[in-house]
Amino acid sequence: MKRVITTTVINQSGVLNRVTGLMMKRQFNIESISVGHTEQPGMSKMTFIVNVEDEGKLEQLLKQLQKQIDVIKVNDITDKAVVMRELALVKVVAPPAVRSEIYSIVEPFRATVVDMSKNVTTFQVTGDPEKIEAFIDLMKPYGIKELTRTGVSAFVRETQKVQAPQLNIL
Amino acid sequence: MRLQLCSEVGWYHEAFSSLSKEQVSLFRDEKAFLFLRHTQKEADRLGVNMKVRQETDQKLKGSGADVLIRSLQEQEVEIIFGYPGGAVLPIYDALHRNPIQHVLARHEQGAIHAAEGYARVSGKPGVVIATSGPGATNLVTGIADAMLDSIPLVVFTGQVASGVIGTDAFQEADIIGITQPITKHNYQVKNAEDLPRIINEAFYIASTGRPGPVVIDVPKDISAKMFVEAEQPNEVELPGYQPTTKPNFLQIQKAIQALTASERPLILAGAGVLAARATAELQEFIERHQIPITNTLLGLGTIDGHHELFLGMAGMHGTYTANTAICECDVLLNIGARFDDRLTGNLAHFAPNAKVIHIDIDPAEIGKNVPTAIPIVADAKEALQELLNQPFESPDTAEWLQLLKTNTAAYPLQYKADKERGILPQQAIELIHKLTGGDAVVTTDVGQHQMWAAQYYKFNYPHHWVTSGGLGTMGFGFPAAIGAQLAKPHEKVVAIVGDAGFQMTLQELSLLQEMRLPVKVVILNNQCLGMVRQWQETFYEERYSQSMISVQPDFVKLAQAYDIQGYKVETMAEAEAVFAEAFASNEPVLIDCRVVQLENVYPMVAPGKGLNQMIGVKIE
Repeated sequence: MKRVITTTVINQSGVLNRVTGLMMKRQFNIESISVGHTEQPGMSKMTFIVNVEDEGKLEQLLKQLQKQIDVIKVNDITDKAVVMRELALVKVVAPPAVRSEIYSIVEPFRATVVDMSKNVTTFQVTGDPEKIEAFIDLMKPYGIKELTRTGVSAFVRETQKVQAPQLNIL
Repeated sequence: MRLQLCSEVGWYHEAFSSLSKEQVSLFRDEKAFLFLRHTQKEADRLGVNMKVRQETDQKLKGSGADVLIRSLQEQEVEIIFGYPGGAVLPIYDALHRNPIQHVLARHEQGAIHAAEGYARVSGKPGVVIATSGPGATNLVTGIADAMLDSIPLVVFTGQVASGVIGTDAFQEADIIGITQPITKHNYQVKNAEDLPRIINEAFYIASTGRPGPVVIDVPKDISAKMFVEAEQPNEVELPGYQPTTKPNFLQIQKAIQALTASERPLILAGAGVLAARATAELQEFIERHQIPITNTLLGLGTIDGHHELFLGMAGMHGTYTANTAICECDVLLNIGARFDDRLTGNLAHFAPNAKVIHIDIDPAEIGKNVPTAIPIVADAKEALQELLNQPFESPDTAEWLQLLKTNTAAYPLQYKADKERGILPQQAIELIHKLTGGDAVVTTDVGQHQMWAAQYYKFNYPHHWVTSGGLGTMGFGFPAAIGAQLAKPHEKVVAIVGDAGFQMTLQELSLLQEMRLPVKVVILNNQCLGMVRQWQETFYEERYSQSMISVQPDFVKLAQAYDIQGYKVETMAEAEAVFAEAFASNEPVLIDCRVVQLENVYPMVAPGKGLNQMIGVKIE
């Protein structure tokens, strides 16, 4: 099952390696990972999407992450109301003949054109991973020249609809 | 002449007192150091006023290496195990100026195993220094061993100068990357000013919570760098590391309810009890409530080996009584053990009827392997004290204890002695036990001799058993015995080793020769890799692939080469005489004890089988 896990870490050299190394050692598969600074100086936040087999494995992962000395906080936010965003840059083959057709498809996704050449247009699209998947699927028939994604960044919403039990150890 | 010098010193003094703090920090280079040292020397020589001397003294903090050594002294480190090399020359120079006892092992692996032995017996973190590259990589086995067995170590490795890190410089190895998965934490020092803080944190991390090894990688330029003013380390501040030591009140209540309601309770005590120094509490607890107890391999010594409630060790080569008790108990209270696979056997058959209560300081161990009904994250001592403070009705265990007693009587550990065949290894261990009265510190490697030692050497006291459990390191026992002897100079230390494992670290005989440590090395020599051979016999139809080692050195001559008394014994009669003489002596002794080659360790739970499927319980 896919889980979205966020960790707050002390921003010092090697911390990313520590966290990913731990996942490798314990045989967890990372689907995506994104890291960046937070509002607190010296602190970074990592957002992972991890595939785990069962609840027991998930608990192990959270506990092992928590055990790292540079890791301050670990949360599994999968079951909460969250804001989840990912950015993708997609280079699509768009010769003038089909360009307007492509634009009309792109419009509902609120993707923007960030680069253009004679036959190729680069779109930037943001949203949750499903939206990006859908966008990519629609672009595929036209020919995707190149594609890159940032990985998911997420946090919980201020108001939670239902009180979901948060899997947070300690 | 004298007058001139005096005025010079006066000038230095003047120049100095007019410097602001910021200006002083500009002098953080060699020139400033030389300038200060010169001033101090002159002041010493001329006997000029104390004020100058005090001031220069205060400012003269020396190099990074000096600060390192001073920090070790502040941590009350009594002994360092190490081996010098290019990248740690500044540290060894500082050690020369400011000595702490240093044990020069003959190989870094020997140094770190000795530090492990020292830490296991003394309870204090073992301190190791090795150089960069090969020095550091030679420590890897010991670091991994300490990680799996939760032994507190603080390991300093040299590193090439900061400027050339990452350029594949001479003797460079990415030891931070290499040791990251096998340490509790590791550091590379980036600024000399951080050293006191990092050392403080390292000792704190290594010795608190679940103990473990911490590596500090010190680039050569950092240890060589002079700095005028060292920052005084404050309190350790680690927001990401706050081990829970106090048990949760409600969980303790739940545990008490479960225990009171139980009919067949059992305690499994591991090395966590030893790390928490909680053996007295444990004994009081089991005696008060009459609950039988079994041990993990590393937990041996938590309870007197002859205690009537003690069932012997559990696990792959555990006693019939202990393993059956695990299968039949209705409440299993695990204190400080991690349900290792060698203990549990096949998890599907492990404690099938039991409600599991697990006390552990490391939350990640709880529920890792065995589903746990009542998790208690706490220090074993505090949890046991809490259990003792809450008066509760003891379960009625008379019938249960009677059953266990019957089991022990019917299926004790046994072997079939045969004079014709020679010494059985079990007999040798029993002889050692008899001669030392169960008081000795015993160290072992891994394998058959380790299991026999665990089965037949019954410890009177805790912290007397030093063995490589988790990693199962050959070559561990002998250097560990050296460390143990240094920690307890007045106790008898016996290294029980196999002939193969001993040959992995025998160069440390030099340490016995040099320090005349009265370690008794007993090689249970079966001229083969006993446990490998046993598995080949049992699971590979006696195809003894690469496990028979018929060519070996003459161990007696080897001992003599190191100026150590060496003996070879082949019969029980010889053994009795030689062992008695050796154990009475106050000198190092090596005994090549020839034992029956094809003896197997029994009882045994085959890999993949449950604890209820033991083989070799009864010997025909």
